[in-house]
Amino acid sequence: MREITYLEAIREAMSEEMRKDKNLFLIGQDVGAYGGEWLISGDMYNEFGDWRVQDAPISEQTIVGCGIGASITGCRAIIEIPFNDFLPMCMDQICNQAAKFHYMFGGQISVPIVIRSAYGGFTTAGEQHSQSFEAWFTHVPGLKVVVPSTPYDVKGLLKTAINDKNPVLFFEHKMLLSVKGEVPEEEYEIPFGVADIKKKGSDVTVIATSYMVSKALNVANKMEKEGISIEVVDPRTLVPLDKEAIINSVKKTGRVVIVHESCKRGGIGGEIGCMIAEECFDYLDAPIKRIGGKNTPIPFPSALENYILPSENNIEDAIKEIISN
Amino acid sequence: MYGTMLKIRIFEETIAKSSRAGEMEGFLHPCIGQEAVATGVCLSLNEDDYITTNHRGHGHMIAKGADIKKMAAELYGRITGYCKGKSGSMHIADINIGVLGANGIVAAGIPLATGAAYSIKLRKTSQVAVSFFGDGATTEGTFHESVNMAAAWTLPIVFIIENNNYLVGTQYRRVCNIENLSDLSKGYNIPGVSLDGNDVIAVYQAAHKAVSDARSGKGPTIIECKTYRWTGHHLLESEDIPYRPKEEIELWKKKCPIKNFEKFLLKENIINEEDINKIKKETYALIDEAIKFAKDSPVTKPEESLEDVFA
Repeated sequence: MREITYLEAIREAMSEEMRKDKNLFLIGQDVGAYGGEWLISGDMYNEFGDWRVQDAPISEQTIVGCGIGASITGCRAIIEIPFNDFLPMCMDQICNQAAKFHYMFGGQISVPIVIRSAYGGFTTAGEQHSQSFEAWFTHVPGLKVVVPSTPYDVKGLLKTAINDKNPVLFFEHKMLLSVKGEVPEEEYEIPFGVADIKKKGSDVTVIATSYMVSKALNVANKMEKEGISIEVVDPRTLVPLDKEAIINSVKKTGRVVIVHESCKRGGIGGEIGCMIAEECFDYLDAPIKRIGGKNTPIPFPSALENYILPSENNIEDAIKEIISN
Repeated sequence: MYGTMLKIRIFEETIAKSSRAGEMEGFLHPCIGQEAVATGVCLSLNEDDYITTNHRGHGHMIAKGADIKKMAAELYGRITGYCKGKSGSMHIADINIGVLGANGIVAAGIPLATGAAYSIKLRKTSQVAVSFFGDGATTEGTFHESVNMAAAWTLPIVFIIENNNYLVGTQYRRVCNIENLSDLSKGYNIPGVSLDGNDVIAVYQAAHKAVSDARSGKGPTIIECKTYRWTGHHLLESEDIPYRPKEEIELWKKKCPIKNFEKFLLKENIINEEDINKIKKETYALIDEAIKFAKDSPVTKPEESLEDVFA
């Protein structure tokens, strides 16, 4: 099977869907002639023209509002916010408008927008360009939250997101953009709420999201040689969450480590951990472990970043702790 | 024109009375005194044109053609309301007549209307979008972002500033360096006009021109309609809060848009006293019917509040 990068997979997903619907458009800063701040949209401008690959002013709140307004009047918008650190600029339109409309207006209107945003650290970009805010949006009913970890997943999930009638927050990790992976030529979609068991195992369940999935897999492969069998579960979507897959895995292994890049306090590790405690407490042979970034802003030097953000050593230590329990 | 303004006035007065009597829950922000703005602007629009409005949105909705039975039912928390009785006054929408919602967040409707205008241009139809908002909204960033975007891209939109002098309890000149808010248009290189928002004909004429310009591809206009609200910011605001001088309120009540238009119609012999009484009687009956419909409708059940989170 051919291999393409995560970035190319995103571009393919958008282009394929935009070829089918002339009222689907992409809007964001520099998505047009520049090709996108992460070079994701590339040459889409040449194919679709400037009304459908629209360079926006630096007005995040209004870019989102414009996308919503267009999407409730016969068009559909893919909104690119180049760093998720800028999402606080548009919280009203995302949380008070897009998330609410279908409920608030009695089912009259749905908001079929996708807000795509690059997130995460390990790029020495400093405190205001390295964060991961996915957890915030899981706390607003009416939003779907997607955190793909591979080129295959990102393409299938983005096509589903574009065709979903509801607002979707789609988080693309910067460190994954250049990662290559197998992606079929034929079109496909991946449904929301279906986790992927990235590696089957029997001793410990490691639930990991986005860039942390590859770290978890590295640890799993290493520990396999030491005779410890790790199952790596990638939820792929946080809302809706595949509770069944998580619970089935925990019932099998009895031990669980949850790892996400965003800081531990208030991260989705708490939500998933509590859910596990509520639903399968009797199956647990050890306390639930959570790994997240330290509760600090993220400094720019790579040595400091690597200290603040979760590492493979952190994952390995957590697993060893609960194995010995 | 006259009938619409009367409908708005009587609807607002009736539900205000019901609210004060404890018959309904939720916040109300009546637009009593401001009827000419909604009426004059909406008269220049087609059914498939879009509007967004704000927390003081009943007038705009009625003028755009909303079903007052469904509006009343919504205020009374009934399942037959526009929003299944779950949202109340500030969140009513009617997508079939292009009302993209009232909005409880000041200035939130402005980017939404801008997006509707973008959609119109992308789909290449001859529709227009109008955004209604107050003087306070012009101090929000989204107002400026939206006007800039609409001006830069020549979007088919008209921005209506309904200046009733007060941002809730703050006189607008305390927080704005401009007397005529339509002058904000100069910063965006688009036309702007300020006028007497209680003169329904003047409002209509300005709106008609701006809407035609938008429709024919000339881009956006800002229209400032100077008006005044007779009640507090919200219905249950205490009259003891001294932010508005009583003389000021009385002065503006003398400039009632409905009474003034009535005088004009009588003077020009367009209608007579008998016609006026007939219209008033019919309007009262219409509103009474709407309230009865609301009161007779089933109350939305708690379990029904779990529905419609996602489409």
